[in-house]
Amino acid sequence: MPPFSIPPVFSGFGLGLRREHYRDFLDGRVAVDFVEVISENFMVAGGQPRHILHQVRERHPVVLHGVSMSVGSADGLRPAYLRRLRDLADEIEPLYVSDHLSWSRIDGFNSHDLLPLPYTEEALEVACANIAQAQDALGRAMLFENPSSYLRFPGAMSEWEFMAEMCRRTGCGLLLDVNNVYVSAVNHGFDPLAFLDGMPAGRVRQIHLAGHSQGKDLLVDTHDAPVADAVWALYAEAAARCGPVATMIERDASIPPLAELLAELDMARGLVRAREAA
Amino acid sequence: MTLLDLQRDFRLWLASGSETAARRLPGAHHAGLAVYQNNYRAQLVGCLEASYPLLRARMGDEAFLHLAARHISLHPPHAWTLDAYADQLGTTLQTLFPHNPDLQELAWIELALGTAFVAADAEPIGAAELAGADWDTVRLELAPGLDTRPASTNAFEIWRALSAGLEAPEAAMLAEPGALVAWRSGFVSCLRAADPLEGEALAALRRDGSFAALCDLLASRLGDAEGIARAGALLAGWIGAGLVTGLQGGA
Repeated sequence: MPPFSIPPVFSGFGLGLRREHYRDFLDGRVAVDFVEVISENFMVAGGQPRHILHQVRERHPVVLHGVSMSVGSADGLRPAYLRRLRDLADEIEPLYVSDHLSWSRIDGFNSHDLLPLPYTEEALEVACANIAQAQDALGRAMLFENPSSYLRFPGAMSEWEFMAEMCRRTGCGLLLDVNNVYVSAVNHGFDPLAFLDGMPAGRVRQIHLAGHSQGKDLLVDTHDAPVADAVWALYAEAAARCGPVATMIERDASIPPLAELLAELDMARGLVRAREAA
Repeated sequence: MTLLDLQRDFRLWLASGSETAARRLPGAHHAGLAVYQNNYRAQLVGCLEASYPLLRARMGDEAFLHLAARHISLHPPHAWTLDAYADQLGTTLQTLFPHNPDLQELAWIELALGTAFVAADAEPIGAAELAGADWDTVRLELAPGLDTRPASTNAFEIWRALSAGLEAPEAAMLAEPGALVAWRSGFVSCLRAADPLEGEALAALRRDGSFAALCDLLASRLGDAEGIARAGALLAGWIGAGLVTGLQGGA
C-alpha cells in the first residue's frame, strides 16, 4: 500500500510564471486560479526570485514543477536535490509538486533534457523506487508528467501502461501533458486516444497545454507557439476523461504578452464549459 | 541491454556524438537522436548566452559560439541546475583566449553579479551595531554574495559602458593594478572598482572575519598608524555599502 495519498483535485485554470510576466503578477490580480513555477529556478539561496515567488504565493496557489529530479536514472536520485526541493515545498506549501517521467542524469553527467525511458519492467522498477524515495523525502505524493519523445526503445509496455502501473505501485498522480501525447503519437505513430483511454484518468490532477513545432522529420515540443488545433481537440477528449482538473498553458519561448496567454486559457475554459453543458 | 548501459550510451552520444554508442541504443534512429542532441547543445548554449550577455556582445556572436561549443565539448554538465553550467566558462575562455585578460575579467564580472543575485539573504548591519565591539576579537560577516578579484584591465569601464548600452572603450591594461568587488545590495547586484589593497583586505576578511587580522595585514603594508586608520576607513565604507551583515563575539 503506497504511504501517501494522491492530493485532492483542484479545479481551475492557470499559467506558468515566467520572468517576462513578473511585473503583471506583482502589479495586480491576474485572472488565473493557480500559478506553476519551475522548481529549480527557485531552489536558490535567496535574492529576488524567492522574494517574487513569496509575493505571488500570497495571491495564488502555486504548483512546483521540476525538470531535474530524473526519476528514471538507473543510478538513483540525489538526496541533496531532494532536500532543497523539500525546503522549497515546506516554504511555499504548493498545490502539487511535479516532475517528469524521464531521466536526465547518469554517473554525474546531467543532460538538462527530458530523455526517454524504455517501457520495460526493469525501468519501471527503477522509476518506482526513485519515486518512492522522492515521495518519502518530500512527505507527499507527487505528480509525474508524460514527456514528448523522439525515440521509442523496445519495451513490453506502452507508455500509458507503464504510467498506470507506476501510479498503482507508488501512489503518485499524473500531470497529463496533452501536447506531449500528441507530439509522441505523431512521432511514433500511435493513436493518441489509445493513450487517453489507457492511462488511469482518475490519477490525473493537472493538465498541460502547449505549442509544438514541425522539425525536419519529427514534431518537437518547443513551447514557443500557441496550442495547435489538433491539441485543443485532444484536450476536449482528455477533459472528458479526467473531469475538472487543473489546466494550464505552458509557454517557455517566444513569450507573448500576458493577454495572449490569458486568451488561450479562456479557450480551455470554454471547452470545459461546453463539455459540461453538453 | 540494461537500463544503466542504455543511459551510459545515451550519455556518450549526447556528450561526444559517439556513433558507436548511438548504434548500441536499441531502436534508436538518427532523426530522434538528432533532436535530443540538438536540444542538449541548445540548452547549454542558451545557458551560457543568458549568463554572459555582455561578454557575448563584446566578443561577437561567432566568437562566443565558438567559445561555447568548445566549452560544451570539454566540460559536460554535471550540476543539478542548468544555471551552474555557467560557472566554469572562465576556464575555457582562459584556454582559448589566453591573451585577453579583459575578456576574462568581463566574464568574471558577469558571473559574480549573477551569483550575488541569488545568494543567501542577509541584512546589513549599521555602524551603531559595532558600538562597544572588542576590536581584538570581533569577527565580521560579509554579505554571502560578495566576491573580489584582482583587476589588470579596464574591464570595469567596459562592463559599465555595455551595461548602459553605450559604446565600450577599447581594451587596455590599467596603469596600476586594481581590484573588482561584486555584491548584492537589497535585490540589486552591484559592482565597483577598488584598489588592490582593499581587494586583498576584503578577501582576507572573507576568509576568517577577524578585524584584528585585517588591521595586522594593513599595518604590515602601510605601517601601524596608517594601517589601522585605513582599516577603520574601509570598514566604514563597507558598512555604508551594505557589505557587512553580522558580527560574532567581541561585542
